[in-house]
Amino acid sequence: MATAAALLIDFGSTYTKLRAIDLDRRRILGSGQGPSTVTSDIMLGMNAALADLEKRLGSLPKFKYRLACSSAAGGLRMVTVGLVRELTAEAARRAALGAGAKLVGTFAYRLTQGDVERIVALAPDILLLAGGTDGGNSEVVLHNAAALGRSRLACPFIFAGNRNAADDSMTVLGAREVIRTENVMPEFNVLNIEPARAVIRQVFIDRIVHAKGIYRAQEAFDQVLMPTPAAVLDGVKLLADGCRGAPGLGPLLVIDPGGATTDVHSVATGEPSVAGVIPQGLPEPRVKRTVEGDLGMRHNVAAVVEAAGLEAIAKDAQLTPARVTGLVDAIARDLERLPQSGEEIALDQALVRAAVKLAVARHCGTVATVYTATGPVTVQHGKDLTNVGAVIGTGGALVHSRDPLGVMEMSLAVSSEPLSLRPKHPKLLLDRDYLLYACGLLGAVEPEAALELALAYLEPIEGEESSRERTLTA
Amino acid sequence: MKVLVTGVIGSDTHIVGNRILSMALEKAGYKVVTLGALTPAGEFIKAAVETNADAIMVSSLYGQGELDCRGFRDLCVEAGLDDILLYVGGNLVVGKQPWSEVEERFLAMGFDRAAPPGTRIEAVIEWLARDFAARERGLRRAEA
Repeated sequence: MATAAALLIDFGSTYTKLRAIDLDRRRILGSGQGPSTVTSDIMLGMNAALADLEKRLGSLPKFKYRLACSSAAGGLRMVTVGLVRELTAEAARRAALGAGAKLVGTFAYRLTQGDVERIVALAPDILLLAGGTDGGNSEVVLHNAAALGRSRLACPFIFAGNRNAADDSMTVLGAREVIRTENVMPEFNVLNIEPARAVIRQVFIDRIVHAKGIYRAQEAFDQVLMPTPAAVLDGVKLLADGCRGAPGLGPLLVIDPGGATTDVHSVATGEPSVAGVIPQGLPEPRVKRTVEGDLGMRHNVAAVVEAAGLEAIAKDAQLTPARVTGLVDAIARDLERLPQSGEEIALDQALVRAAVKLAVARHCGTVATVYTATGPVTVQHGKDLTNVGAVIGTGGALVHSRDPLGVMEMSLAVSSEPLSLRPKHPKLLLDRDYLLYACGLLGAVEPEAALELALAYLEPIEGEESSRERTLTA
Repeated sequence: MKVLVTGVIGSDTHIVGNRILSMALEKAGYKVVTLGALTPAGEFIKAAVETNADAIMVSSLYGQGELDCRGFRDLCVEAGLDDILLYVGGNLVVGKQPWSEVEERFLAMGFDRAAPPGTRIEAVIEWLARDFAARERGLRRAEA
């Protein structure tokens, strides 16, 4: 009897990746991979990947679903504009990141002529315009709409600013495509990014997929649902929350160190875990994605060394600083090079450890003590993730590491940095089969199967504590 | 509707009076953006910019108000809020100092009104009404 199968496609920037899933038995039938050929003819890479899959399976099953996500052709490149940097500009940034976008520029306050020229040069796929609470400042968002309206920028716009300024903004933005949605910050310090996030995804499906030439592979799949980072984020959310009749893992953190950036996702309220701590600043979204643009193992290798410190990297890799500098230069000259020698492997491990540590520290919140007349008070900025139940590692840099535990443990809280609210005792799980994107895509049609599949394939990595316990009982 | 930003400045946790004031102002027909306790000066200004506020009302109860409020008007000017109405109130200084001197000091710092301890909420609401009316006539604030 033929089993129901699903084909999940990721049109990446380097590879076209396929996962064939047995929907009844909830297991991976096989994987296929081809080059990324979006810039020429996307079907070349797709056919190569399908041939690879067919070779492994013997024959291709009839697929009930063929769903795709894409980060090809530069991903979903977005520019966001807001008013105050820490308020509506930050809310707009979070909306874009949560929709799986690659942020190529973020602007605040009044756009200058130079800013507008920079935005035109960045040539984003979508521009998200925010600014002002509803009934609040309308002057700046109007100024910015007018400045952008006069420019040559032809991409779709999303207006998510002060609703009282929406009509006038639409007028000055002129004949271009503008979609109006709810304000990302309708009231002071109230975050409302879901509507903007949904509109970004819709524009991606309706417009961007076509503009990037992905539609040429249309006979090979049913639909491109979302940008790849959004698929990963949806997969992460499903894993945390579960679905009807199937519980998830609960609050969790995901680390994804990559060649150009290190992404961190969390699904958790992030409220203070200790009584009496006062949260400050913008409220945090429960489902949050941050992208560290300076922490990439290949494209930003020098920046990782700079952020972590040459001495620290050298010590961790057990190399001399001079040797590290030499190897880093070699990586910068040849980004495609994979580590071969013992030294190169040691350096790669030190780099990914440093990137994960920095990225998680930036994603998680911090506490600080403020001394008041009535005694010390603890205030919290950002999310408290000390009690998340699981940390999941994904991405090539982690999966191909010889010591994934050594990388994943860098996401944990350490006693020497008590002010950083990183996870304390989570389960560590490795996404060895690169399933999170597939889980997110499949979750759109069959959430229970997607959840069960991901839970079955995430591989527990033993932490120090459990290995210590094992030694004691042995 | 006029928008007011309220909060307790600096490392000061005394929130109760400020909360009562905020509720009364709301009842009096204002839109109130409440920042609560432990609010740095810069946060008042950021909130006022984003919400296009008409006035900022700073509370301070722990005696350090003079230090916390230093340069507050300058920060407003820097953010383009040159003419925003600024009130301050509470136990603004340490020790027993004549109120007239304290008031003079805060007015010199650029506040439009300073309220001593024990000021009734009704008095503040009346100030606001008169000052907003005076602004309609092009004045900085009402006479007294």
